Amino acid sequence: MNKKYWQSFGELNHTEGFEQANKNEFKEELLPLADLEDKGLLDAKTPRRDFLKYLGFSTAAAAVAASCEIPVRKAVPYLQKPEDLIPGVANYYASTYVNGGDTVPVVVKQRDGRPIKIEGNELSTITKGGTNAQAQASVLDLYDTTRLRHPLQKEGRDFKEVSSFDNFDKLVGDAIAGKQVALLTSTIHSPSTLQIISEFLAKFPGSRHVQYDAVSYHGILSANEACYGKRAIPSYHFDAAKVIVSLGADFLGSWLSPVEFSAQYASNRKIKGEKPEMNRHIQFESMLSLTGSNADDRFVHMPSQTGAVALALLNALAGTAPSFTDKKLNEGIVLAAEKLKAANGEALVVSGSNDVNVQVVVNAINEAIGAGGKTINWSITSNYRNGNDTEFAKLVADINAGTVGALFVYGANPVYNYSDGKKLGEAISKLPVTVSFSATLDETTELCKYIIPSHHWLESWGDAEPKTGYISLQQPTIYPLFKTRYFQTSLLKWAGNPVNYETYFKTYWTGKLAGAYDKALQDGVVEPTAPTVAAGTFNAAKLEEAKAKVAAVKAGAFEIAFYQKVSIGDGNQANNPWLQELPDPISKVTWDNYAVMSPALAKEVIGIDIMGKDQRQSDKYEVTPEKPVVKLTVNGKSLELPVLIVPGNHSKVVSVALGYGRQSADAAKTAEYIGRSANGAGQNAYPLVGFDGTSIIYSAEVKLEKTDKTYPLAQTQVHGFTESRPILHETNLEAYQKNPEEVLKEVNDEREALTLAAGPDGRKDFVKDATIYPDFVKPGIKWGMSIDLNTCTGCSACVVACTAENNVSVVGKMQVQRAHEMHWLRIDRYFTGSVENPDVVFQPMLCQHCDNAPCENVCPVAATNHSSEGLNQMTYNRCIGTRYCANNCPFKVRRFNWLDYTGADSFADNQQPLIGVDMNESVMQMNDDLTRMVLNPDVTVRSRGVIEKCSFCVQRLQDSKLTAKKEQNPALVRNVKTACMQACPTNAISFGNVNDQESDVYKIRNVEQKHRNFYVLEQLHVLPNVSYLAKIRNTERHIGVAEEATAEKA
Amino acid sequence: MSCISQNVKRVFTGLLIVVSLLFSNSILAADGEAIFKAKCAACHKPIGDLSGPQLKGAKERQAAAGLPADWVYKWVANTTSMVETDPYAKALKAKYGAVMTPFPESQVSKADIDAILDWADKYTPPVPQAAAGGQEEDHSLLYGILTLILAFVIFTLVQVNGSLRKLSDEKDDIRRSEPIPFYRNKSYLMILVLALAALAGYFFMEAAIGTGRQQNYQPEQPIFYSHKVHAGTNQISCLYCHGGAQDSKHANIPSVNICMNCHKGIKEYAKESEALLRADGTPVDGTAEIQKLYKYAGWNADTKTYNPDNNGDGVPDGATEIPWIKIHNLPDHVYFNHSQHVKVGKQQCQTCHGNIQEMPEVYQFSTLSMGWCINCHRTTKVDFYNKADSSGNKFYSIYEKFHNDIKSGKLDSVTVEKIGGTECQKCHY
Repeated sequence: MNKKYWQSFGELNHTEGFEQANKNEFKEELLPLADLEDKGLLDAKTPRRDFLKYLGFSTAAAAVAASCEIPVRKAVPYLQKPEDLIPGVANYYASTYVNGGDTVPVVVKQRDGRPIKIEGNELSTITKGGTNAQAQASVLDLYDTTRLRHPLQKEGRDFKEVSSFDNFDKLVGDAIAGKQVALLTSTIHSPSTLQIISEFLAKFPGSRHVQYDAVSYHGILSANEACYGKRAIPSYHFDAAKVIVSLGADFLGSWLSPVEFSAQYASNRKIKGEKPEMNRHIQFESMLSLTGSNADDRFVHMPSQTGAVALALLNALAGTAPSFTDKKLNEGIVLAAEKLKAANGEALVVSGSNDVNVQVVVNAINEAIGAGGKTINWSITSNYRNGNDTEFAKLVADINAGTVGALFVYGANPVYNYSDGKKLGEAISKLPVTVSFSATLDETTELCKYIIPSHHWLESWGDAEPKTGYISLQQPTIYPLFKTRYFQTSLLKWAGNPVNYETYFKTYWTGKLAGAYDKALQDGVVEPTAPTVAAGTFNAAKLEEAKAKVAAVKAGAFEIAFYQKVSIGDGNQANNPWLQELPDPISKVTWDNYAVMSPALAKEVIGIDIMGKDQRQSDKYEVTPEKPVVKLTVNGKSLELPVLIVPGNHSKVVSVALGYGRQSADAAKTAEYIGRSANGAGQNAYPLVGFDGTSIIYSAEVKLEKTDKTYPLAQTQVHGFTESRPILHETNLEAYQKNPEEVLKEVNDEREALTLAAGPDGRKDFVKDATIYPDFVKPGIKWGMSIDLNTCTGCSACVVACTAENNVSVVGKMQVQRAHEMHWLRIDRYFTGSVENPDVVFQPMLCQHCDNAPCENVCPVAATNHSSEGLNQMTYNRCIGTRYCANNCPFKVRRFNWLDYTGADSFADNQQPLIGVDMNESVMQMNDDLTRMVLNPDVTVRSRGVIEKCSFCVQRLQDSKLTAKKEQNPALVRNVKTACMQACPTNAISFGNVNDQESDVYKIRNVEQKHRNFYVLEQLHVLPNVSYLAKIRNTERHIGVAEEATAEKA
Repeated sequence: MSCISQNVKRVFTGLLIVVSLLFSNSILAADGEAIFKAKCAACHKPIGDLSGPQLKGAKERQAAAGLPADWVYKWVANTTSMVETDPYAKALKAKYGAVMTPFPESQVSKADIDAILDWADKYTPPVPQAAAGGQEEDHSLLYGILTLILAFVIFTLVQVNGSLRKLSDEKDDIRRSEPIPFYRNKSYLMILVLALAALAGYFFMEAAIGTGRQQNYQPEQPIFYSHKVHAGTNQISCLYCHGGAQDSKHANIPSVNICMNCHKGIKEYAKESEALLRADGTPVDGTAEIQKLYKYAGWNADTKTYNPDNNGDGVPDGATEIPWIKIHNLPDHVYFNHSQHVKVGKQQCQTCHGNIQEMPEVYQFSTLSMGWCINCHRTTKVDFYNKADSSGNKFYSIYEKFHNDIKSGKLDSVTVEKIGGTECQKCHY
């Protein structure tokens, strides 16, 4: 069995360019000594004078720096210190991340009055303490430099400040008097806000409230209205499903409530006991999504076939064999139907389609398999999305006709994310009264006449009801930074109610919760004690019509599928540099969107045969960041995007991420209005999205044309090769059940051999004796981490959490292109199996804290060494930047600060000359005094020229030890939470004191999961302190070998 | 984790500070001194009046005024009501200006009061002690002079030797070239150059290592605040103002309201015998310095009220924070935690900050250099857990190896270094 894992096509095919690039991994031109290598010191072009100049300057600079007077520092205490605050000690407040309909109950870490980190709220039974990348990153949005600092009024093409809220109230109050107001918002599920809105609408007869989601769920809402009489989305219980069939729903990445679903999904993918059970996940999709990459079995089809696949599945359940021309798809449908039937109701089918008819068919499937009341709960509905495409279309028509008296926009940005946004924008700017409550001058807001920015959620009181009966409260963790005001207060004021929202909120909730109010605020969540589960009453009236419509969908020669990334989502956090720099889990590209094509489609459209014999051609494509640009035309609208070849897409499907290409009406103003990070990041794909008369459709027929242009993509995928070393282990469930020791047999045998070879007197201890180095004891604590590859979905929440916790720099696109990204934790994505439809494994890779670390031995200044607790310590103030350690690290996890990304050097503005040359403007965004408020004061801000890497969140470890010492309780260091572990929605990461046999990580390694426990590159005898658990897939396929090969064997 | 300043309710109108229940639970009823320090020391001293009367002889004064023996119990529990009715209480109010915070019996029992007063009656002022470790006399000057004298003697002897040899040579009629004078002698010059280079190198390295260090730094503060008066003469516990030292990485400079807890009552400094002097010997008007505090606090000393808050910023009009100058600065790449040292390590403030109770103006006592930290970590013993008698900090029970080593006699104690206290990432991360 020889599984082959690959990260790029070059690695798969062993091309010359790949091998070359691999060899020169650390090639960097070191000006001004660049040409020394070839000629020797005396013949170098660099003149002696230059050398003297540098020598003279450095001596003079050192002398000047040393003789500078030490600045006088002030220590200014409070005038009246708040009682619950001790400077230097963090406080934690329960709150709720709400963005559009997305809701994550969180706990906010507040240090000296500044929120600096978001953690999941473990009291929530919905998310169980999980978070996602966007929630983790949202703390940075609070300190966004583009946030509006006071209310504005449009004056010509510019804006002028409105001096006070009273003046603003008068301006707007006069303007809207007697008018019919159209209130356009994103999904709102805050009970108090909905009440305020209805009170407001009652004061202005004829007014309406239209909810609009950037990425619409109108299809499923309308289908449910037709089938179950309720325009709502039920609660899904992925944890109760033994079989999950997803028809293009990216429920682990972007669909509806990924944090909730990830937790549920993972609970049935954890391997427990001797005869473990797992859920079976079958995915049908047209592009490789995050969810698809986690599936046990995955089948591809054209987007236009989505309905046909659903219909075929429904028919297959009734016994009719599917009849697609694609044999594999037929097999998949038969397999899915068989498994669904066998699950006896403990099964769930979800679809990501926004086509009402497809969703009606999916409802019929769920009825046919008896999912209602088991995995689908109609007694508690999900309120994450409530937007209504039909109502919105009517509003757009009214706006275009100019018949809207006054337009209020809150949380929605249709000028950017509506397919005909440009025309809508023109119409909006012609309306007599337009008010925006947006925090920044986004595409819609800059066209509005009056702008009264709302607070950031971290500054706000508030509530959310993500699922009926499940309340999650918000409380402010910082005084509003700017002159902003609650959207709700404005509505109350303009409706003639003098109370502000703070008071309203308190009255509302003390009225409902009475004595439990304080406890509710402290916990952050109020949940039903015994939630009921019930099926809906299915009405099949629309089914036949839906079946007919689904069957009538016409296919195109090429089709486009739109998707959302786990980082940027629908695009409203596009100015968040942490999210922009987060590599997409599949493509590993940062800062851009692009046209994803399978190798076959790329060969057909742009003529690059990445798998072909001509290696030079594929190397030219793959090794350089410059990618050929293709022109996509949908319904006469076109877009030029670079082509990224990724295995797994259907061979006729190109997929494009939404949420990029934010741009002000005047493109030159984008950096100022929307932000420096959003500026220039990707292209806006929303205009290509279609509307079928009832709902927005996220796929279409597309015309593809090759262009002569190229465009650079900053891809991290090819940085850090593994030299084909075995770093992953996986098997399928059946094999594991039969013999759990089989999966790691090879590794264990090798260790045995090494151990035997270690000493002449026979068997010895692998750890102690298979090395020339002495064995150092860890007398008290030995920290260790265990990562379960089975439950890691690749969602990347941990990467952002690590960035926030450890002040990891944003380096910008240009630097990522040069492999200078700084992430301490990355998620390696490996493909295995066939190129058409590969299996994917995600492996979080961080410093392994090797007890026998190769990096430590080569440091000339002992800047990296080992602690008695098993930590590989990195001391920045000792590091002189030789990078020997990075060269010698087999895991490629050490990062070098090539430039002064954080502005930590003592000279101000010394990055300025690099902007646009070596550095992007977004790096400067992170250096602003406002943005720097997000920095964790317990972690050093690194300066240029030093290596850095994962520290196992040593500040948290030290803090846990301090608490344990204060309370004289060693149990407090048993299980400590690192930032990545806290953020993980699936609890894939465990951490603790391995010396303590009661600790989770000890138990996982030695008792519960001992058959799956492996160390990466164990044969090197580096003795890592991070262990992994082998991946198990619930499939009959032989994992990791191309299906053809399996077929041949049979 | 509970934190003291969350629990401490600072009451403005009182003479006493209510300290948390947490504290009271941990105090043995009979330990008068501990109860006094926890609950009374902010306003009372055993000898001498603070914002409340001295406690020594309280029972005698009570008896002399003809009050019943249980009067004091009633008074401590019901100060606010008694001050309206009881004539002696009225007189106390008139004398000291404000009313003591009542302590119901649940907080301070009768036995506690007895313990406090007994302790106060027996109290004798401590004899001032020399600083910990003592100041060793510095003999380097003496050695330097001795070295110079010896060098001169050697030089003279060498010269004499030269002259004598010349004489003897002349006597023996051996002709030699005229000796060159010592200032042109190449050997001498070489030795001199080498010595100067070594000296210069030494000073250069010292200066380079010392860059950014500021031992003995003593800036002039916005208010002349004397630790000698507060921590020395008046024996106020360091933690009363610097409560952060046991909870936080920062010891924290007290906020202005903490100063005002006492200084609402204490308006002037009129102690002739202990005149306030700056480091250069110039006298300081203590009363004027208290006036500065009132200005920062927005306190009107005449009406004994805070200024009204007319501008609505939540603080009295005219009140501003005090811009103290930070004396002890560590580089940004150093993590130092006070609570680690004070609460866990049980270190005295004086170990690092010097005899702060004798400093009219604070200066930086220690070098705060890494070598200084490391030396202390190498020698300081941790409160290691003793499995035999369960003494020591139970956290250290996980260090199995050291327990065995102690048992087998290999180790007699565990220093901070042993548990990793000199490793890089204990302070640098």
